[in-house]
Amino acid sequence: MTLSSLFLAAGGPFAAWFAKLHETFIVNDRYKLLIEGFRNTIILTLGALAIGLVIGTIVAVIKYLAEDAPSLRWAAFLCDVYLTVIRGVPMVVQLLIFYYIIFSHAKDGIPVAIVAFGVNSGAYMAELIRSGINAVDSGQMEAGRSLGMNRLQTMRVIILPQAIRYILPAIFNELIALLKETSIAGYVAEIDLTRAGNLIRNNTYDAINTLFLVALVYLTMVIILEQILKKLERRLRKGDKR
Amino acid sequence: MINVKNLQKNFGGVEVLKGINTEIDKGDVICVIGPSGSGKSTFLRCLNMLEKPSGGQIIFEGDDLTDKKIDLDLHRQKMGMVFQQFNLFPHMTVMKNLTVAPMMLKKVPEADAKAKALELLGKVGLADRADAYPNQLSGGQKQRVSIVRALCMEPDVMLFDEPTSALDPEMVGEVLDVMKKLAAAGMTMVVVTHEMGFAREVANRVLFLEDGVILEEGTPDEIFNHPQNERLQSFLAKVL
Repeated sequence: MTLSSLFLAAGGPFAAWFAKLHETFIVNDRYKLLIEGFRNTIILTLGALAIGLVIGTIVAVIKYLAEDAPSLRWAAFLCDVYLTVIRGVPMVVQLLIFYYIIFSHAKDGIPVAIVAFGVNSGAYMAELIRSGINAVDSGQMEAGRSLGMNRLQTMRVIILPQAIRYILPAIFNELIALLKETSIAGYVAEIDLTRAGNLIRNNTYDAINTLFLVALVYLTMVIILEQILKKLERRLRKGDKR
Repeated sequence: MINVKNLQKNFGGVEVLKGINTEIDKGDVICVIGPSGSGKSTFLRCLNMLEKPSGGQIIFEGDDLTDKKIDLDLHRQKMGMVFQQFNLFPHMTVMKNLTVAPMMLKKVPEADAKAKALELLGKVGLADRADAYPNQLSGGQKQRVSIVRALCMEPDVMLFDEPTSALDPEMVGEVLDVMKKLAAAGMTMVVVTHEMGFAREVANRVLFLEDGVILEEGTPDEIFNHPQNERLQSFLAKVL
């Protein structure tokens, strides 16, 4: 006697549904696929976020410094090319290029996907961070310079810590977008949450339960992120009032 | 200490400074007065190269600051600056504002930097505000902190860019008092100001700037009691 027939035998309003869930997710340990997918989605998102923040900060600082440092003009030009190309090509196409051209010999696909999403996110982060830097009063840079700090020291200790406060909500927006964007990793055969759900749907013909579960997991993660942002913003506001 | 030779500055074709020559010696307290738009602030900001001069030279302690090969940051450590808008670092406590530069640039140990900062804060009457954030301070307190911030780098000269212009009238006095004490202690100071009383009382030399040139310079007595230039006379008539 299987567990699903037990549910059915037990009766009650949800008996048929429980049996179906059991059939879809428990039989053949199919839930393990979902767990793997969920794990990969988290890894992809956090990895890409880290790479995106690093690239974004570097690009934003180069572009800011280049405004009155002629020696950086070439670097700034390269940054502009990067921004235009990344923002002008669909993420799926970028992902395919990373997979089948740039890293076509890579054995493990997840790091390739992390880099692809990170390089993409970096372009959007760069513009965010630059807007944050520009929002900091220009007197702050002058005060740092007048004390004898160089431009990079002032940027690191004075400007960026203030810029972060301005752009924190926008960074979280980008993080939320990134989380959902990783759902295209299935295009290059990586098992992310979306692909795991879709594989199970394909095997079980149970579209409703698989897809709604996947949707619910994404939604829950986004709600959690929103709550974290609210907490962080409250804490920063407190710092302002002190 | 500072030798200004034929200093010129253009902003997009507009000549703001049209050849300024002057010498600032150790222990000088020089007040720069003049109508708004005369180039006073630009002149001051050229002294530590916050504005890049379009022509001429700034010789500071024997080195030409307009030389492209010079390490400006090193020289700026010896030139303290106080801004009209204070420009304190809002994300740092008063103590951190005062210690960040000495610790980073001069490798002063934290304990020493803090002790020095506390001592100077005490001298301006703010020893109890070390843990406050700038936006918890009044304007006058902010400006006193920003003077201390510059002093913590132990500069050879202090540049003041209209230090009391953004203050409520009742707070002007407390900032001027600090500056008077500093002058009495022998600090070399260049002060762009509208406070004629301060210039008269504290300066040993006053520069009257108008239209990008020094029209007249002299002791406070010469400038305020026996002005020669017609435009200085009419300026003083308006502000005194």
